[in-house]
Amino acid sequence: MLALPWAWLGLFLLAPAAIVLKISLAVPADGVPPYSALLHWGAGVLPDVAINLDSYALILGDPLYLHALLLSLKVAGLATLVCLLAGYPMALAIARAPERYRNMLLLAAMLPFWTGFLMRINAWIGLLQDDGWINTALVALGFGAQQLLYTDTAMYIGIVYTYLPFMVLPLYARLTQLDPVLLEAAGDLGARPFVAFLRVTLPLSLPGVWAGLLLVFIPAVGEYVIPELLGGPQAQLVGRVLWEEFFANRDWPTASALAVMLLGLLLILPGGLWQVVRRARPGS
Amino acid sequence: MRLTPLMTWLIVCYAFLYAPIGFLLAFSFNASRLVTAWSGASLRWYVALAHDGQLLDAALLSLRIAAASATLALIVGTLAGYALARFRPFRGRTVFAAAVAAPLILPEVITGLSLLLLFVALEQAVGWPAGRGATTVTLAHASVSVAYVAVVVRARLADAGTALEEAAMDLYAPPLVAFARVTLPLMAPALAAGWLLAFTLSLDDVVVASFTSGPGASTLPMVVFSLTRLGATPEIYALATMIVLVVTVILLVVARLRAARWATASSRPADTGGQHVDACD
Repeated sequence: MLALPWAWLGLFLLAPAAIVLKISLAVPADGVPPYSALLHWGAGVLPDVAINLDSYALILGDPLYLHALLLSLKVAGLATLVCLLAGYPMALAIARAPERYRNMLLLAAMLPFWTGFLMRINAWIGLLQDDGWINTALVALGFGAQQLLYTDTAMYIGIVYTYLPFMVLPLYARLTQLDPVLLEAAGDLGARPFVAFLRVTLPLSLPGVWAGLLLVFIPAVGEYVIPELLGGPQAQLVGRVLWEEFFANRDWPTASALAVMLLGLLLILPGGLWQVVRRARPGS
Repeated sequence: MRLTPLMTWLIVCYAFLYAPIGFLLAFSFNASRLVTAWSGASLRWYVALAHDGQLLDAALLSLRIAAASATLALIVGTLAGYALARFRPFRGRTVFAAAVAAPLILPEVITGLSLLLLFVALEQAVGWPAGRGATTVTLAHASVSVAYVAVVVRARLADAGTALEEAAMDLYAPPLVAFARVTLPLMAPALAAGWLLAFTLSLDDVVVASFTSGPGASTLPMVVFSLTRLGATPEIYALATMIVLVVTVILLVVARLRAARWATASSRPADTGGQHVDACD
């Protein structure tokens, strides 16, 4: 019974990863496919391996690519933080609502997910454009008209809007598991509600916080659609650069090398952060 | 419910989540092409939508791809989820669990790029799949959705525990009968949820589809994406309104069905079989 899932994973996860790595080490070429072969069968028994690190040298040498990687980390990090700050109180409110309302409230948080991602982005374009409703409101409030669409503001709004439910869900799942008796005990021992939250609820909800951070941050780092549709031309995130290399420049090796570096970064970063947190925590 | 600060915040966030959807619904009925000023009610954009061959073809293609990829993902994902929840620890279980879950958080550009390169390499090596199109998009979507189905099935089985299956075995049900009469009904809600999730993901994806599709096979999100690049379009709002309508109807039907089943199950507490299992959870 395991054979089918294993074969499936081998074909659709491990093989593609190996191929991406392989092509990232090839030389761009004209023709189909637009890259050179990695192995050449020459005179000997073993094939000659032609490993080419030019694509990596290009990425590390050209500030455009490093800038794209750093900008993606910054944008995703900031958006994830906003999602956490907005999503935590949401999840807490749902978890503390009377039990018969909880499912309905959770469903309401997830429902926008089923109404077409691109269509909601299209709605934001309509709302944010220069003569759109948000600008009309800003003018009425005396702030004057602002350019919102095709700016970083619009991009952040789009990312937070899209990923907020993915933050709320794991937080809620964790917060409903907490035993309310613990909070009552803290209260009985004289802790004010806010202190009880800080000392009891927050530490116990940390696994949910980690899950939410990962679920939002990692996909957001590689986000292509939102910066492309809502951000300006200066918002060159790594997903957008990879897309351009692949579709516009037809430079498959460079696109693959970018994917490898992005993946490496995403594998290292959460582990590294976890180590930092563990060291910083007293008594461990 | 009391209006605590937390509740107020929740309402503010719901307003943020639903404002664009309300805006879509309202301006799909606008008479003008502009989405900035209301100039009277009209069904103009629905008529335009009904005559837009490109959008309708793309929608049909997307529905076919979504159904096929969700079904494929259901088969593989259920096996993977079942193995993770029920098998005794086997060799490589950690790697297996990580590999199953990886597509959940992998950035879409990486998934799309790597799957396209796989299809190109496969075509060179064995000549299949010949070219890119609906088949490759279906396979790509299925490979992402397997993760979602597996997670849902695994969670359901872990929640349900093994007591009922053990009871069936104690009562001399052969393993296959126990699976069919106990485990399968236990998993049923997760199977439905997993299939629906896979279906929605496929219907909503533009990045993986753009990478793995070929000429002449533009899915609905790909067409909507190219239209959205040009700015806000009321025709897309009309399409979105139709989708909201369909989703609402499906949710209401599901809610009614569950309420009805709940009523029958609890009015006959001595009932045996699948419904009894449902009443237990």
